[in-house]
Amino acid sequence: MKILVAIKQVIDHHVAIQVKLDNTGVETNNVKMSINPFDEIALEAAIRLQESGIASEVIVVSIGEKPIQTTLRSALAMGADRALLIQTDVETQPLAVAKLLQAVVAQENPQLVLLGKQAIDDDSHQTGQMLAALLNWGQGTNASQIILKDDEVQVTREIDTGLEIISLSLPAVITTDLRLNNPRYIKLPNIMKAKKKPLTILAAEELDVDITPRLQTCKVELPLRRKTGIKVENINELITKLQTEAKVI
Amino acid sequence: MSVLVIAEHNHQTVNSATLSAITAAKQLGIVNVLVIGYHCEEVALSLAKVEGVEQVLVIDNHIYQHFLAETLADTIVPLTSHYTHILAAASSFGKNIMPRIAALLDVVQVSDVIAIESTDTFKRPIYAGNAIATLCTTDKIKVLTIRETAFEPAMMAKGNLAPIHTIQTTLTEKTNQLSRFIEQQLCDSERPELNNASVVVAGGRGMQTKENFQLLYALADQLGGAVGATRAAVDAGFAPNDQQIGQTGKIIAPRLYIGVGISGAIQHLAGIMDSKVIVAINKDENAPILEVADYSLVADWQEVLPDLLNRLKMGN
Ligand SMILES: Cc1cc2nc3c(=O)[nH]c(=O)nc-3n(C[C@H](O)[C@H](O)[C@H](O)COP(=O)(O)OP(=O)(O)OC[C@H]3O[C@@H](n4cnc5c(N)ncnc54)[C@H](O)[C@@H]3O)c2cc1C
Repeated sequence: MKILVAIKQVIDHHVAIQVKLDNTGVETNNVKMSINPFDEIALEAAIRLQESGIASEVIVVSIGEKPIQTTLRSALAMGADRALLIQTDVETQPLAVAKLLQAVVAQENPQLVLLGKQAIDDDSHQTGQMLAALLNWGQGTNASQIILKDDEVQVTREIDTGLEIISLSLPAVITTDLRLNNPRYIKLPNIMKAKKKPLTILAAEELDVDITPRLQTCKVELPLRRKTGIKVENINELITKLQTEAKVI
Repeated sequence: MSVLVIAEHNHQTVNSATLSAITAAKQLGIVNVLVIGYHCEEVALSLAKVEGVEQVLVIDNHIYQHFLAETLADTIVPLTSHYTHILAAASSFGKNIMPRIAALLDVVQVSDVIAIESTDTFKRPIYAGNAIATLCTTDKIKVLTIRETAFEPAMMAKGNLAPIHTIQTTLTEKTNQLSRFIEQQLCDSERPELNNASVVVAGGRGMQTKENFQLLYALADQLGGAVGATRAAVDAGFAPNDQQIGQTGKIIAPRLYIGVGISGAIQHLAGIMDSKVIVAINKDENAPILEVADYSLVADWQEVLPDLLNRLKMGN
């Protein structure tokens, strides 16, 4: 069984982002970029399925500009077999990404597509569900457990009220949540090996999909900041402040 | 403009997040609410009484006992043609079904809307709330998910009773060959729900054990509140996943938030920034949470929390 893992390169989650002074967006020049942490979890899940003999091949795909090859190389070093870069300098939005992935699925015929439940830059939380809709496949979002059984996959989903377990017919799309696994660290020899693994670059135009952005960003601004409050010395003072000043208890 | 709000419920009661979505919908146009469920008359009736609701549509069938995205999307999409906007709350329910609906309609979705600027322009947080984007789209139908904490819940209106229309489903048990419900493990609790509790006591890795979390439950009960946690605390097994607050967990805006043994990573702060009053108890005077707290107490919780609980119990 082939697994396709879609990954996005985002500003590293340790970086404190800067809003551009002209309010057109967030500064991405000279900022550390990494694989979206949720996609890293998706990749780890795929690699483990391969290690346990269930998956035969793990393909990673990413969409964007050429520099994201570095992130794809890291994905290969983690254990993916080959990588595909769909190259475009058009701003990638979830619906367009889902359409490009649909075209990749048509070429590669995976039985399972894994993606992170959200990307930590735009926090949209859409791409997996959109892809499942376009393919007319079942979707298992926010997965904290994935169990493959013959032609079905059982997914435990993290929902607002607890957990939900569903079963999907294969092929299917699964999006991953934090508690699915802890991604491995990349070992040095694997970085060397990854250089020899195939990384194909395909121009987005070749997939014949309309990816014109349909959402326009008018403005990006800073949120209102909370003022730093005061330090209280002890519980006495805390209770007094909450009662008489804040009036919340 | 006509707006369809997809109601979220458990077949008996409406989720408060839907009432916030109705408030957002009222800013856009005429509001219809769609209730899909099984034996869900009560839900339809209570929504018919909500201020600003013009009509309630109900689809009641046993195939809707569980809310599978595939079944719901196939049911909702054919009903959308009269509407300019389709809304749901940005809860795990809305996040699951709305992008599927948007893609089937070939329109974009705007997630987690916190403000409506006009019928085609919306504000939403990006980068864990460290920036606010204003976005617009010319797509024929606007699909939006609404952040509950950004809109007051719509109220029951005295005397309002919107017409309730029942629609027959064209789907059968066999329509959805893609997914099947197996079971739900719900964390039933007597406490208020985290997403709309007026007081939240949250614990982090600094609580050290699951047993220590009991103290937070006792404090929450004393204040009539709910208990939340950081990702680190959930990962460590101190609290269940549905208590995680933050960028990738729940977004809350209580009157009072008390964070204990929580460092204040941006991913956690993303979920609490709209709280009215933030109290932080942390032994490290450099913990980032102290920068956003209204009241901070630099102390070991083991030395102060039992005292706080006792004082509240005694009516201070
Ligand atoms: C993709 C991604 C998504 C994430 N999403 C979320 C999210 O949604 N929500 C979330 O919360 N996190 C999230 N995180 C994790 C986040 O980055 C932090 O790691 C996490 O919030 C830290 O939790 P913590 O404050 O409990 O632990 P720590 O950072 O370890 O802090 C523990 C604190 O406890 C204090 N402490 C220790 N002992 C005591 C004591 N006896 N008395 C008083 N204070 C004490 C310490 O001084 C310290 O400040 C995410 C991370 C990533 C990468």
